[in-house]
Amino acid sequence: MSKVRWRNRRAGEERRRRRRAGGKMAAGFKTVEPLEYYRRFLKENCRPDGRELGEFRTTTVNIGSISTADGSALVKLGNTTVICGVKAEFAAPPTDAPDKGYVVPNVDLPPLCSSRFRSGPPGEEAQVASQFIADVIENSQIIQKEDLCISPGKLAWVLYCDLICLDYDGNILDACTFALLAALKNVQLPEVTINGETALAEVNLKKKSYLNIRTHPVATSFAVFDDTLLIVDPTGEEEHLATGTLTIVMDEEGKLCCLHKPGGSGLTGAKLQDCMSRAVTRHKEVKKLMDEVIKSIKPK
Amino acid sequence: MEEERHTEAKIGAETGRGSSPRGPGCSLRHFACEQNLLSRPDGSASFLQGDTSVLAGVYGPAEVKVSKEIFNKATLEVILRPKIGLPGVAEKNRERLIRNTCEAVVLGTLHPRTSITVVLQVVSDAGSLLACCLNAACMALVDAGVPMRALFCGVTCALDSDGTLVLDPTSKREKEARAVLTFALDNVERKLLMSSTKGLFSDAELQQCLAAAQAASQHVFRFYRESLQRRYSKS
Repeated sequence: MSKVRWRNRRAGEERRRRRRAGGKMAAGFKTVEPLEYYRRFLKENCRPDGRELGEFRTTTVNIGSISTADGSALVKLGNTTVICGVKAEFAAPPTDAPDKGYVVPNVDLPPLCSSRFRSGPPGEEAQVASQFIADVIENSQIIQKEDLCISPGKLAWVLYCDLICLDYDGNILDACTFALLAALKNVQLPEVTINGETALAEVNLKKKSYLNIRTHPVATSFAVFDDTLLIVDPTGEEEHLATGTLTIVMDEEGKLCCLHKPGGSGLTGAKLQDCMSRAVTRHKEVKKLMDEVIKSIKPK
Repeated sequence: MEEERHTEAKIGAETGRGSSPRGPGCSLRHFACEQNLLSRPDGSASFLQGDTSVLAGVYGPAEVKVSKEIFNKATLEVILRPKIGLPGVAEKNRERLIRNTCEAVVLGTLHPRTSITVVLQVVSDAGSLLACCLNAACMALVDAGVPMRALFCGVTCALDSDGTLVLDPTSKREKEARAVLTFALDNVERKLLMSSTKGLFSDAELQQCLAAAQAASQHVFRFYRESLQRRYSKS
């Protein structure tokens, strides 16, 4: 190698080494005192990834990617990725409500998404998330269960909604709610007629219709820091350092479907009011995104 | 050996147990609490709200499995057993709510690498179950002598279709209501520690329920204070 080229190569290495050393110091501080590291950013009203306290991560949604499912959606909230697939099957309606169908959600947090989940029966976090989604479906009346009935007392649709997290980086509840909403909007059910002579169901796969989605519940999650500060859309690390979390699910009329605050530091009524207003703006953002995606797919 | 202390309190305009008629607005059902009734757990309490009854037992601070230990604070565990059947996903959800509420008030840093287990058994369910579980858990933690920074209580509100607010509803009222909200409040500043809601409601209704719950929690905390004073003044 010529002498000139060799000198330039060494200079470049020197610059890189100095830059890496500075970065290493910040990384070291972050490992030893993660809370202090965070507080330094919060004092300047921003977060390590550059977001403001009330800013959401980039949200992307992809509809209809699973061809074998009746409806599907993939939602990415920054790094957090959740995919929802909806399958429709036949079932006998419940005896105490013969004109209603079923919507059965299930949230799965496999070992793929994060190192803290092991394979085996669903852990507590997955069960809590499943219960949360079931509550949102029930409270918001997103689908009228009577719409799922084909023949009262004999046949009804059951929608199995499976939500699988592919990448866990915090704020799983928001992503799951959005994925569920997008997938349900994408579901197309074939027309079913009961043959009078044979009493069997005849499915007409050529004639499909969309579900009647009555409301659009949108979830907004907050993390509480040091009992006073509220940040929106926490990442995995922020959730770990937070002293409490709060999730608000709102529909378009400003009605609350769910106020989920599983313990943690206390909040005053005034702070709750701030959260409500942020949830209203988030609802508008998400609704706009959903409408864009649906419009891009509908003319098929 | 401490004797059992059975304390009852008649709060509000109640006239007795059972299905006493309630005035419009805010009044709680009759409630009662019994402490130190089980011999094996470090602390135990039975809380009665109307016909809803929950029995709580606390073990701790005790030895913890190495896989579950946290180096700088105590590991809190809550086990909720329903009256009939095996515990399911709904119980897991309630366990998580109660556990996070307890974690916010218990001074876990005083007992690192230990475990505090709260076991709740539903004896009878006649509405406002989650609130009754929270109250029983708090009384049992006090009986066990676990250090806490505040006491907490659970209050349930039900909103009818015409907007009337009913505190501490019975199960019939809960089924007919448009929305049922359960709050856990601490006694230092009446801040909202935990909230679990069912049904649709507006923002204004939420603030109204929260204010009513904060007013009702004063009664519950007064009852806690009186029953503990009665228990410790004689011994």
